Amino acid sequence: MNIIDTIFKFNGGIKADTKKSVSTVRPIKKIKMPKQLILPLRQHVGKVAKLKVNIGEKVLKGQLLAEADGNVSAAIHAPTSGTVASLEKQLIPHPSGLPDYCVTLIPDGKDTWIEKKPINWKKIDRKETIKKISESGIVGLGGATFPTHLKLNNNNEVKTLIVNAAECEPYITCDDMLMREKSAELVEGIRLALHLLGAQNAIIGIEDNKPEAIEKLALLIKNDANISIKIVPTIYPSGDAKRLIYLITGIQIAKGKRSTEYGMQMFNVATIVALYKFIHCGEPSITRIITITGKVRTPNNYEVLFGTPLSDLIIDAGGKASKNGSFIMGGPMMGYKLPSVNVPVTKAMNCVIDAEPEMIENNNPVLPCIRCAKCAEACPVNLQPQELFWFSQSNQFEKAENYNLFDCIECGCCSYVCPSNIPLVQYYRYAKSEIISDRYAKEEADIARERNDFRLERLQREKEERAKKIAERKANTSSDEKSKVIDEKRKAITEALERVKQEGVSEKND
Amino acid sequence: MLTSVLVVLFLALLIGSILGFSSIKFKVDGDPIIDKIDSILPQTQCGQCSYPGCKPYATAIAKGEADINQCPPGGEDGVRKLAELMGVEYKPLNEEHGAIKPKSIAVIDEDTCIGCTLCIQACPVDAILGSAKHMHTIIEKECTGCELCLPPCPVDCIDMIAIQENTENWKWKYPVFNIKNQKQRVSH
Repeated sequence: MNIIDTIFKFNGGIKADTKKSVSTVRPIKKIKMPKQLILPLRQHVGKVAKLKVNIGEKVLKGQLLAEADGNVSAAIHAPTSGTVASLEKQLIPHPSGLPDYCVTLIPDGKDTWIEKKPINWKKIDRKETIKKISESGIVGLGGATFPTHLKLNNNNEVKTLIVNAAECEPYITCDDMLMREKSAELVEGIRLALHLLGAQNAIIGIEDNKPEAIEKLALLIKNDANISIKIVPTIYPSGDAKRLIYLITGIQIAKGKRSTEYGMQMFNVATIVALYKFIHCGEPSITRIITITGKVRTPNNYEVLFGTPLSDLIIDAGGKASKNGSFIMGGPMMGYKLPSVNVPVTKAMNCVIDAEPEMIENNNPVLPCIRCAKCAEACPVNLQPQELFWFSQSNQFEKAENYNLFDCIECGCCSYVCPSNIPLVQYYRYAKSEIISDRYAKEEADIARERNDFRLERLQREKEERAKKIAERKANTSSDEKSKVIDEKRKAITEALERVKQEGVSEKND
Repeated sequence: MLTSVLVVLFLALLIGSILGFSSIKFKVDGDPIIDKIDSILPQTQCGQCSYPGCKPYATAIAKGEADINQCPPGGEDGVRKLAELMGVEYKPLNEEHGAIKPKSIAVIDEDTCIGCTLCIQACPVDAILGSAKHMHTIIEKECTGCELCLPPCPVDCIDMIAIQENTENWKWKYPVFNIKNQKQRVSH
């Protein structure tokens, strides 16, 4: 074990009031079993999970409710034992405020576990273990919710595991509290992750505003030569993957490359604890730690089951401060306003803030951009936010892309320092989603073109085949045969006419 | 005198052969401008432009026979892109060719369908599945919303349903501010 002090400072970033201490005074709390759990089928990056249970079915805690659809997807498990009540569209924590498909589970109060199957990771093959993890439902719990098994399974050789314990955004303390209270599990998890990645050493990157967590971890890893702690200064956004890698190693990940190409992989502390629980205890991903803070009476961290109504947590934390107050999910820098408190806790929900009104609505007048370039100084990705703003505002998306719009991590430093109060990130988000939807439309158009071309070709082919068939039939019947056929037909007609005449005559005679 | 004539002759032959070679080697099949126009068009294949598909319309634009504002599914944006490509002035969409509608897909009322296969024959992208005297259905993913299946249906069992906003296709909106609020604050 060693603590490394040398760091490589990135450009920009901001030093904001962290407001973290309000929610770290009390230990992590649990609340009593909610009346119902609402589990959205998409809580991760990738495809929607496929439902595997019937409505009305009784399930046990930890039982699979929906399995991963393909590789880029994650499973959903029952957080407690009970009855599957319905599958319908319900409000989910999403910036759109639109409903999505959710399973409703009515707990039976017994909380009976399904048979747990811990994995003996030291005995079985690494690949085998990773395959099992793909059924665990574990996703990146730092908020990105990228399926974890994909990050473990890569073609590049990983030498260093970087543990993201920076937690740089103001207000959020769930990782800090996790490190204080579950440090033993975390360290076990790091050893496990090292094995799964085939990595040689691990570095825990942690901000210097978490002395208690650092102390606890340092004590536990004092005999591990390959695990070290690197204390980074409290500068937002040090917790961003590429920023943290630079702070720790001095390596800049080039545009379009992944950290694994540089022999590094990063996991959030909560994800590592989830991995530990799955492998050592056989428990799939069904809980997380969430910070409820802001204006609530008793800001606190809670260990809750996924699907717990957020309103239950808010009530436990002393209720909302004002009647028409709003809540932010995530931090004040990158989070978004929740459509309502009647949403379930999901895998992505690391923090909910009972927000001050000025955090939601920009009450200061939005003034024209004066090209002061303060945003460029603050940008940790070294972009030109003022240019990006100009192009996004005037719908010049191609130019915005040329100015590396998609490298923007939406950290909000530019909006924070802007003296004209321009909500810059909102413009970038708008431009990004327009470009993405354009790309999608283009893909769809390409498919339509291909199908149309194929159809025209098919019609042409059918036409030619028909013409060929007719021509063949014509060619097969020679002129001799033809006249023979015609003669026979004529003969038959004249015979018939004769017959009719004769019959007519005989009728008259009668 | 002779040397200079020879040099010029040699140069003429050399350059001529290079030009001749490259005109064969780098010959462009088809008109690239047609493909460029076609890639801007939305590939709905609806024929609202009065041509039997997107490619024929693109060909007509390239030949100068058709105007750039005859494609309602492409919308104003499409006209703007075509104007930029063709180097002509933007003009608003010609209303004779129909109005801009929200993107929709066709849905067959499967209880009413008699299995006549007429819609299958009309679909420009083969997005309808079914056979004679059996119920038909639309492959949602492939439907371009061209509405060409509507007129041939003898029992009127096809409806156009506009695509609703959901969590997957939702987009961040252009930022808007309350002007009233803004003015008050500025005057303070």
